[in-house]
Parts: sequence; structure tokens; C-alpha cells
Amino acid sequence: MTPLFAATTEAAINWHTLMFYVVSLCACSFAVIVAMTNNIVRMAFALIVSLAATSGLLFLAGAYFVGAMQLMIYVGGTVVLLIFGVMLTAQKAFITMRTNAGDWLVGLLVGGTLLAVLVQLVFLIPEWQSADYQSTSDAQLIAFANELKSQQDRGEEITAEQRRRLELLAAKASEGMPQRTGEIGLALIGVRADKIESNEKGLAGYLLPFEIISVHLLVVLVGAAYLARAKRHHQRGDQA
Amino acid sequence: MGEFFAGWFPAGWEFLGYTIAALVQAFLLVNVIALGAFVFIWAERKVSGRIQDRLGPTRTGGAFGWLQSLADGIKLLSKEDLMPKDADPILFKLAPYVAFAASFSAFMALPFASGWVALHLNIGLFFLIAVLGLEVFGVILAGYSSGSKWSLFGAMRQAAQVVSYEVPLGICVIVPLMICGTMDLVAIGDQQRGLFTNWLIFHDPFIFIVFWVYFTCAVASVNRAPFDLAEAESELVAGFLTEYSGMRWSLFFMAEYGSMILVSALAAILFFGGWNGPIPVFSALMDWYPDYLGNCWWFSSIANVFGVLCLLVKASIGVIAMMWVRWTFPRLRVDQVITMCLKYCVPVAAVCLLGVMFWTALGVPFFNDLAPAQERALVREGWFRTGEKQAKALLESLSSSTDIEEGEVE
Repeated sequence: MTPLFAATTEAAINWHTLMFYVVSLCACSFAVIVAMTNNIVRMAFALIVSLAATSGLLFLAGAYFVGAMQLMIYVGGTVVLLIFGVMLTAQKAFITMRTNAGDWLVGLLVGGTLLAVLVQLVFLIPEWQSADYQSTSDAQLIAFANELKSQQDRGEEITAEQRRRLELLAAKASEGMPQRTGEIGLALIGVRADKIESNEKGLAGYLLPFEIISVHLLVVLVGAAYLARAKRHHQRGDQA
Repeated sequence: MGEFFAGWFPAGWEFLGYTIAALVQAFLLVNVIALGAFVFIWAERKVSGRIQDRLGPTRTGGAFGWLQSLADGIKLLSKEDLMPKDADPILFKLAPYVAFAASFSAFMALPFASGWVALHLNIGLFFLIAVLGLEVFGVILAGYSSGSKWSLFGAMRQAAQVVSYEVPLGICVIVPLMICGTMDLVAIGDQQRGLFTNWLIFHDPFIFIVFWVYFTCAVASVNRAPFDLAEAESELVAGFLTEYSGMRWSLFFMAEYGSMILVSALAAILFFGGWNGPIPVFSALMDWYPDYLGNCWWFSSIANVFGVLCLLVKASIGVIAMMWVRWTFPRLRVDQVITMCLKYCVPVAAVCLLGVMFWTALGVPFFNDLAPAQERALVREGWFRTGEKQAKALLESLSSSTDIEEGEVE
């Protein structure tokens, strides 16, 4: 089989990895600054840089939609948090925060537990075990094309279903990482378009979590409107 | 562009080519903002002068005072860089750069002609809107770190205003997105090819209203009068800019003018056909002489240069309209600004969103259907289409080795 898709030549410097280290170092170090600073506005600034660097990581991985989402929701949300949560409510004692030993201990415990869970989870996902997504999907495509070829050699026709699967595999190999917004939208309403070629059962998308989150957000909005509404003190004879 | 420069270098060193391409693009984009600010500050002086029955600058650099911006720049560069004693030194110094960087990085995803874009994102529109909302962060940092009441008031007003106006702006932007079915700005522009009736503003009556809501929200989100509550000279001295001087002050100004150009160019792409002129001269020529001009690289380059001119003219008209608005209307009060947003812009935009949805779903004809250049869906990038093409190539390479039925590969 001829390699249809550009073979990745060995670069003198692995630019992509270098950028990954630079951006992730930025994200991590500003996250540390968030924990170390006492001034709450500087803390918010460091948090925003850290979150923006995380979105940079997503852009680097080719997940543009998720990256822009990160910018919009987390970075933009932190701006709102900064204003309405901190600057409007903070008292002098809160503007410069001191962290005592107990807080450090609890924080380390919670953070460490989360880290342990995440690290374990990362190593559980089979697609993430190989560093080279491209070569995996290329190999998948070439294997399937060879299978079709041997099928033809035996004199059997290629069915429409097989042809469709070949198309999908080719799209996956040429487009690289799944990054299309449509796929994310489809996955949210219950169709995993990025895994449509696999015969595995149980890839029903994320309809249920999506619905749960929607209802949750609705409850939050109603609660916020309830809390923020103008309080009227009805008194007898006050009403027209 | 990256591929072109990458070809200069031996295998393994292609990244140098991509770096050169990135530097060239960054240089060009910075100059779009800098030259844009240069031209439009002069234009603002002239426009405001004419509106107020004055002449505006007349002496610097000849009859029209066209070097006035340069004189302003030299004055600003030579000013002393002051910082108040109560200021938070780190944040005070960083704030202008944050504002400018947000404005600048939004330009990365803005296409100037078909395919002429620094960073071709399939979600360009979403990226632009996300980054545009970050400019306010520089303003808030400036307001907080100045250690001055005027600055803090200005920053708080700006924050409330931008957070509110993001809602109707987002709804307005969804409307063209829904019609085109893609967030790729290049695809959105290309879908409006052909006669000017193909521009999205002529898609249906509702989107015509949406454009005006978009324009209002855009003026508010770039903090221009009559929505310039963050500066509000008559109430807050200069708002968040009170303590700034010299170069830092001018960075904020460049960011403001950059955002003005950006939202106007975005309006041109979303509603007014982007780089497509009102009458399709170049694409008609390409269609008439497909053998000679259809695949001609220099002809398509000339077409693209004219496309850039088209887009810049449309964006400039938008900016001039913003100046016209600024010097015509008085400043709104805080409560009026929020009322405008929540009671008028949001409902109107939401109703129009529904209207466009039904109009599109029912397929009611309008000006758009007078002379359609092509099916919108054909222009839209499709992930299945590349797959189809390559699967076909693969199957053909199979059929060359073995005999395959002719009907199998269409």
C-alpha cells in the first residue's frame, strides 16, 4: 500500500513538544502563583493566565472548539468572578489572604487525591497510550483498505457499508485529531460521530450528562434570580 | 504561506519556514492595527470637526492635516510615564498589554480575503467572540490597579456593560452562523459569493434587523460613545484611563481602535459579503474563461487583493459610522445602557433568531434567491467530503491492481 498521507519526517527539533512544554510550564507555574500570592486580584490575574495557557494547550492539540470554549467560559468566567465575586464583596481582610497550616493540609489532601485519580484515569484510556495518534489512524486505514483488497481478490463485492467505513477512516486519518464542532454537538445529543466506524456497543454519546447539566444550570439560574431579586417588604396598606 | 517558506529549508528544518511565516503574519497584523489607528484617529478628528461645523486638523502635513496622528504619536512617546503612589505596580504596568494583546490576538483569526487568514480555524467566529470579550480584562486591571476612585468606577461600569452586551452580541452572531451552517469565517464569506443579493443581510427581513442590533452591541462592546461609560469624561475625569499617560495610554487607544476595526470587519464578513464585491467581476471572468483564468495563480491573487480592498472599505464604512454615532448622540446613563441591552437588544435579537430559523426552515424566498451563485451547502467544508475523496482515490488504486466493477466507484 502506498502511503497516501504525508509521512511525518523526523524534525530536527520537535517543535510541537517544545511548545507543549513551554505552554504547560506557563500553566503550571501560574497555577502555583495563584496558591502563593496573598493579594486576591493578583491571584485572579495569575488564574486567568493559567487558564488561558490551558486553552493554549488545547489549541496545540488541535481541539480548537474546546480551546475557544475554555477561553470563553473559564477565562471569561474568571473575569466575572473577579468583578462580582471579589471586588464587590471583598472586605479588607479578604483582599490580602493569609493561608494557615490547616488550610494547606486540607488543600494538599484534596488536590493530591484529585491528581491521583486523574493520573490513574489518563493511563486507563487506550487511545492515549500511543503518543502518535496519526500513525495509529493511518495504520487503521491501511489495514482496512488491505482487508477490502483481499476481499476483492476473493471476488466478493465491497458493500456500501464497508465503503462508508473506509470513507470515515480516511477522514479521520486526514483530518487528524477529531476537532469538528459538529462532532461535539452530535456527541452531546447522543451520536459519537468520531467513533462511528467502530462496532463497539455503548458509545451512546453524552445525552444524559448533557441533560443533567442543563437542568442543573436552570436550577442555578432560577436560584440566582431568586437571590438577586429586589426584596420587597410588604406592609399592610402598602399595596395599591 | 507556511508551506511556501517551509519549502526553502532542508527536511527536518521546516519549522524555521513556519516561524518565518508566523513572524511575517504577526508583522502584517500589528500594522493593520497600528496603521488603522493612525488613519482612523485622523479620520475621527476630521469627521468630528465636520459634524460640529469645524475644520478639524488643517496644518500638520498639508491641507488635510493627515500627519496629525503622527504628531499625536510623537507627543505621546515623549510624555513622562507616571505611576501613582497607591498603584499596584505589576498590574498597573501589565494592564495596557493585556488589553492590546486581546485585541491583537483576535485579528489572528480574521480572514482578509478568501483563504488569506493568519490562522485558519474551523471555529474562527467563536474564537473571535471569545477573545473579544477578554479585552475588558485589561480595563478592569487598569481600573483596579490605578488606586483611584475614578478608575475603579470606570472599570466596574465597563465590566457590567461588556458582560451584559455579550449576550445579545452572541445571539446576533448565531444568526449568520445558523444560515451558513459553519463557524469558519472563510466559508461564511465564500458562501456569499456572486451578486450583492447573495449577502447575508438580504437573506430575509429578520437578519436585516439583526444587523442593526449587532451594530449597537458592537459599539457597546468596544466601549465607544454613546456607550463610553468607562471613560465618561464629564463624570469620571477619564474613567479607567485617569492615571495613565504616554505610551501606556496610547496602547489602550490602539486596542480600542483595533477592536473597532475588528467588529466592523466581522460585520462585513457576517452580513455584507466580506471580501466579495457587489458585482462579481473576478469570479465571472474565471467562470467565462475557465481554462485560461480558472487555474491561474496570479489572477486569483489579484482577485484576492481586490477582496482585501473590498473588506477594508466595508470595515472602514463601519468605523466611520461608529464615529458618526459617537458625535451625534449624547452619552447614555448607566441604567439606560443596561435597559437598552436587556429590554431591547436581547428580546429583539432572540425574536429575530426565531424568525430567521423559521424562514430558513420553511425555505421562503427573498433577495438571496434572485441570483444564487452556488448552493451554500457545497461551499461549506465537510468532513465527510475529504473522506469521500480519499476513499475514492484508495479504491481507484485498488482497482488499478485488480479488476473492479465499473459501477462500484462512482
